Amino acid sequence: MAAARLIDWIDQRFPLTKLWREQVSEYYAPKNFNFWYYFGSLALLILVNQLVTGIFLTMNYNPSASGAFASVEYIMRDVDWGWLIRYMHSTGASAFFIVVYLHMFRALLYGSHRKPRELLWIFGCLIFLLLMAEAFMGYVLPWGNMSFWGAQVIVSLFGSLPVIGGGLVEWIRGDYVIGDATLNRFFALHVAALPIALIFLVIAHLMALHEVGSNNPDGIDIKKYKDADGHPLDGIPMHPYYTVKDLVGVAGFLVIFCGVIFFAPTFGGLFLEGPNFEPANPLQTPPHIAPVWYFTPFYAMLRAVPSFAGTQVWGVLVMGAAIVVLFFVPWLDRSPVRSIRYRGPIYKIMLSIFVAAFIALAVCGLKPPAGIYPLLARVCTVVYFAFFLLMPWYAKFDSVKPVPERVTGHD
Amino acid sequence: MIKHLLMIAVVLLPGGVMAQEEGGGIALLRAGTDINNIDSLQRGARNFMNYCSGCHSLKYLRYNRIAQDLNIGEKELADNLMFTTSKPSDTVNSAMPPDAEAWFGKQPPDLSLVARAKGVDYIYSFLHGFYADGARIWGVNNLYLPNAAMPHVLAERQGLQQPVFKNVPDDHGGARVVLVGVDAMTSGAMKPEEYDQFVRDIVNFLDYAAEPVKAKRQSMGIFVTLFLLVFLAFALLLKKEYWKDVH
Repeated sequence: MAAARLIDWIDQRFPLTKLWREQVSEYYAPKNFNFWYYFGSLALLILVNQLVTGIFLTMNYNPSASGAFASVEYIMRDVDWGWLIRYMHSTGASAFFIVVYLHMFRALLYGSHRKPRELLWIFGCLIFLLLMAEAFMGYVLPWGNMSFWGAQVIVSLFGSLPVIGGGLVEWIRGDYVIGDATLNRFFALHVAALPIALIFLVIAHLMALHEVGSNNPDGIDIKKYKDADGHPLDGIPMHPYYTVKDLVGVAGFLVIFCGVIFFAPTFGGLFLEGPNFEPANPLQTPPHIAPVWYFTPFYAMLRAVPSFAGTQVWGVLVMGAAIVVLFFVPWLDRSPVRSIRYRGPIYKIMLSIFVAAFIALAVCGLKPPAGIYPLLARVCTVVYFAFFLLMPWYAKFDSVKPVPERVTGHD
Repeated sequence: MIKHLLMIAVVLLPGGVMAQEEGGGIALLRAGTDINNIDSLQRGARNFMNYCSGCHSLKYLRYNRIAQDLNIGEKELADNLMFTTSKPSDTVNSAMPPDAEAWFGKQPPDLSLVARAKGVDYIYSFLHGFYADGARIWGVNNLYLPNAAMPHVLAERQGLQQPVFKNVPDDHGGARVVLVGVDAMTSGAMKPEEYDQFVRDIVNFLDYAAEPVKAKRQSMGIFVTLFLLVFLAFALLLKKEYWKDVH
């Protein structure tokens, strides 16, 4: 009774109940979401995890070249539960990329980027881009030797741009070398600027989603058939149906996530690399510099492109293009159907080869450029771009199966 | 859902296999350490303080943390493990004066995190890798870290080893001599198995020093996982209950 009066009091001053209804309890989502639809809510969970653990890390972290490394060890050893908070954050970074890559793959499976969801997809691409910047700067903060040399390599990439390159690199570093000034500004960007931008973009992403409604594994519009109340016949309210279903996804995810945190927080040197347990040392280059695993597909593309006309800039441009091309997918895909369920064999084969190439690129990027890897990286770079740039033709002329009027079953 | 999980596993498999293979170099020995073996850790702490801490610090590890984690009493700690000038809350510092660089060519590194940076197998191998080499200032070289600056501190325990060379064909049709291993030359105070265990204890202690919470983390992880599995089961049941009326 008192609670109802309180809510009533709030509703007269703020659209609380209205928001809850529109966005949650009366937001109708297709009933046929499958496994691939867990990753959106999981990405949100990880974002919250990163924000909360990040705040607590910030309380004990010392953003200076002289104190950063020791402060991380202080967190790991002397701060109560500091080790857990740090592992949640570091494992969360890798988990974020796993979940986001699978979330993007889902869109390619079921055509979630197609009209009218182009802007939803673009917001997603922007989130991915910012996430890369956020992760890169976060990786520099522990000020281990791989942090330092990774920053050195990535920042110097900008130096290959003609004319402005040199000045740009200096401007990013805030110094003539990677040093205290660089660490300080990366800290500011990592804990304030980029998280704020990410949160805004995530809100925009969700607003766009709830405006047009969710796509589904059949890739068909559920708003065509409505019941007497105007609710989609194939739709169910997000709450309670998808809140309880996503709870299953969360539980399953946490089993794996906590498994990594408690039993393999370095994940065999992939999530936390061995050389990063040595403090930054400008005089000692690690034997093999590789970025963290989630950047390696793009790093492999960068290295795959040979220098030409006396400059290395082509690799940088190709790497940039690999991200930029994502933004155009809604317009590159001209298939008459959305979902892979009703597409012909060509799209299925292309998507499979693309995924294989992307994973192979990730492996190439982790390896020193010797043996088979440079050639493999070149072939896979071509496959990566072919998948997107040839899409207007192969997706259009691929055979299609008849699309049903109503969604087919549910999990 | 099982189908999808299998799909991901199949797709990731070749990547995982490719990431595993490592080429070149001399294969490391297996350390076979056990972070839950308190006896081994205690012996390792003793060995470290007797043979290593003269030159190497553990600047992120406090004496009283060692005492607490390894069940060592305050008095034992003060009498046997600490430098007389240290307080229990101090970190483990070395006795090395600042001019050590002039003696060794480099400052002996801090070993707080060496087990995480290089791995336990590497340290175990390194301490088995010293061999006689008259060209080096300390008379020894190392199989796993060529031209290491460190003398063979444990020589009286292990004895000296000699290098084993082998002719291998090179790319130009000739042959070159490569170092492939080491062999016992003189015997030390310990039998080989005793020396293995002696080194294993040190490495185990360094593994502990690199992450003092490791043993606790792993034992805690079992309970966390069990709890989450129960939670998952209830979440599944809850979902089933709610979704009964969805057709």
